Amino acid sequence: MTTNVDAIVVGGGIHGCSTALHLCLAGMKPVLIEKDYAGRHASGVNAGGVRQLARHVPEIPLSIRSMEIWEKISELVDDDCSFESYGQVLVAENEDELAACRARVAELNALGFVHEELIDATELRRLVPAAADTCPGGVVSRRDGAANPAQTTTAFRRKAEQLGATVCEGAAATNIRHSDGLWHVDVGDRSYAAPVLVNAAGAWAGSIAAALGEPVPVETVAPMLMITSRVPHFIDPVVILRGRKLSFKQFKNGTVLIGGGHLATPYQDRNETVLDWKSLATSARTVFELFPVMRDATIMRAWAGIEAKTMDDLPVFGPSARHKGLYHQFGFSLHGFQLGPGAGAVMAELIVNGGTQTRIGDLGIDRFHPSTL
Amino acid sequence: MTFAPKREDYDVVVIGAGPAGLAAAATSAEAGLSTLLLDENIGPGGQVYRAIASTPVIERNQLGADYWVGADLVQALRASNAEIIQRATVWSLDRNLEIAVSVGGASAFVKARRVIVATGALERPFPIPGWTLPGVMTAGAAQTMLKSSALVPDGRTVIAGQGPLLWLLAAQILRLGGRINRILDTTERGNYFAALPRAFAFLTSPYFAKGLAMMREVRAKVQVVPGVTELAASGDGQLASVSYVAGGKREAIPTDLLLLHQGVVPNVNLAMAAGVEHRWDDLQLCWSPVLDQNGNSSVAGIAIAGDGAGIGGAGAAVVRGRIAARAAAEALAPAAAAKLPPMAALRGDLVKAERGRIFLDTLFRPARQFRIPSGDTIVCRCEEIAAKDILDAVAIGATGPNQLKAYRRAGMGPCQGRLCGLTVTELMAQARGKTPQEIGYYRLRAPVKPITLAELAAVPKSEADVKAVVRG
Repeated sequence: MTTNVDAIVVGGGIHGCSTALHLCLAGMKPVLIEKDYAGRHASGVNAGGVRQLARHVPEIPLSIRSMEIWEKISELVDDDCSFESYGQVLVAENEDELAACRARVAELNALGFVHEELIDATELRRLVPAAADTCPGGVVSRRDGAANPAQTTTAFRRKAEQLGATVCEGAAATNIRHSDGLWHVDVGDRSYAAPVLVNAAGAWAGSIAAALGEPVPVETVAPMLMITSRVPHFIDPVVILRGRKLSFKQFKNGTVLIGGGHLATPYQDRNETVLDWKSLATSARTVFELFPVMRDATIMRAWAGIEAKTMDDLPVFGPSARHKGLYHQFGFSLHGFQLGPGAGAVMAELIVNGGTQTRIGDLGIDRFHPSTL
Repeated sequence: MTFAPKREDYDVVVIGAGPAGLAAAATSAEAGLSTLLLDENIGPGGQVYRAIASTPVIERNQLGADYWVGADLVQALRASNAEIIQRATVWSLDRNLEIAVSVGGASAFVKARRVIVATGALERPFPIPGWTLPGVMTAGAAQTMLKSSALVPDGRTVIAGQGPLLWLLAAQILRLGGRINRILDTTERGNYFAALPRAFAFLTSPYFAKGLAMMREVRAKVQVVPGVTELAASGDGQLASVSYVAGGKREAIPTDLLLLHQGVVPNVNLAMAAGVEHRWDDLQLCWSPVLDQNGNSSVAGIAIAGDGAGIGGAGAAVVRGRIAARAAAEALAPAAAAKLPPMAALRGDLVKAERGRIFLDTLFRPARQFRIPSGDTIVCRCEEIAAKDILDAVAIGATGPNQLKAYRRAGMGPCQGRLCGLTVTELMAQARGKTPQEIGYYRLRAPVKPITLAELAAVPKSEADVKAVVRG
């Protein structure tokens, strides 16, 4: 039996859930299809960074749009998502790195973006008292922060459902096809049909795009994270390094999340990842050197979520270059969580209004068209 | 002094030196396979033969003849070429058969062609009101003190629960001069009828005569209250009294020490973290790995032996260890395997060792009210999450234990779900009208036992250190 809806959203990550929610706010009745459960993969298990800091320029407008939503997240989803805003700080470990920071901030200012602010050693020490004395400064984005990713993704899912979205979890979207002007998708023994299809399937989105004739150079990756036992409170902002792979966040309960992008081996078909402890040891060494207070903390758990990374580290976001009614929203390349709320809002505008005020032109799938590569 | 593994690669790595691990390592070494046995404790023996090589208890009958069987297993292993490392904590095992092990504060990585996981059992959680009070402990913890240090309780002591180990512990405490004021037996009356059809096999099993004698010995000295249907510990920051209902009558007794026990369940953490498929066992009410008849799991190269493969007791564990090791030898060194006892004989031994198990499982199946708590009773001790908190999370959309982690942090503390996992699964299954199998379990990840950041930082460097900076 086929059910007609207004839109089919494939993928129950933060992006699919946010788009479904915003479509509901625009008066549409979407169906959200998730093969596992909402937030099962990268959206539920990422570092939870809510970061405008250090983003690629083409996605900054989307990030700023998203930040406005994050700051009122409770009003949107009736859940605070454990969002807190103590800023994010990029630490330069030497003068060369600080020079690069200075150039970056100047570049952004020239483009009209003011969210990144160069800081000297004194301000760095004020924000991050535990930073090593040798660090000469860095960059801060003061409105940034962090949230609980699984709580956030499920809050979006829950709110979308309350507003009228149909949420199908535990069965994959299959047999995606276009006929008689509608997109058709099978889910188990049910079928849905709609004029709009949103491909927000994360690590699984590349194969959907390819099957619809729009292949994208995208790979499946699994960035690793680890969390420590509780240590006395010593740091508020999220800290990332300019020169080394490290991100660092202490939660209210004292536990510390250590990330930075070292990769596990994904086994996508099994929903599994195998951790690379030798790379995690590198992260541990960096923390050991920079934050002596952490040395006796114990590592409680390490994990990795499966997601998609594009060749140019930018998302594929916007209408299909080939099919009417098809929209892509994937390939966020390890930094999609903060973008989720804003991307859903913009996607709903694209679908409902046919356009948006938020500048997203450089994120389209057409950049990977054979003629432009 | 502690020693790191001598090599980086082994034919067979056995994890755990309880009955299954001791037997598996000896068999593997006997077949000429390079064999490494890693064990977390100070000495071999696991829980059932804990401190077998060092116990200060010399009177053999105090710990019982079954305990001393462990000495023969240790002797056989020590006579072999197996490399044995004690105080070696395996904190990671993955599907590539890479093992991370911490010895003496330093971690090493070894690779195996076959891994035999023999991590045994742990006690089933017993989440009654007040179970987290100081003065309440598990019977297993009491037994550890008894075997390692000959320590027995001398205050007002109550033992509550059910199962063969409860009676064994009671007998051991009494023989060593310890004090037990009362035993509160929580075995459901209906279980006796349910178990009856299985009784014949049990009557012909080795458990029967020994079990009966032990119960008689304990009953002669201690008041045993049968049919306990409610149980609670209370006190102000310290256990002061235990209240219970039996036969519809409520009673409270002043108590200094309450020992709880309602059976043991497979210790699944390492195998689950390695990706081994587990299924809910409806009779034993726990997760058990999916295994073939040689103990091979869903992950190629990983076999599981002993109680970690499903509770079977020490005798069955020894045989399962031999079977898993023989299967490894057949795969890696077929000629040498031919010299080992034939598989058919081992399977015969296993049938004998497992006889009567279904009867015990049925008789000692713990009652629902002692497995699935309600209200303010703590479920997750590490994060202090009560039963009602979990139901609240279900109400706002948590569908399984992994979503619960996001809502309440249940299972995310130092015990990594060992003390709450089964309770959470059953509680959520009940609340959502699903089976435990449908609800599932925490996705477990390494480190299976915590290691310090400093120790991880000291791990030798890899080539992957220099890579483009990517951030999440």
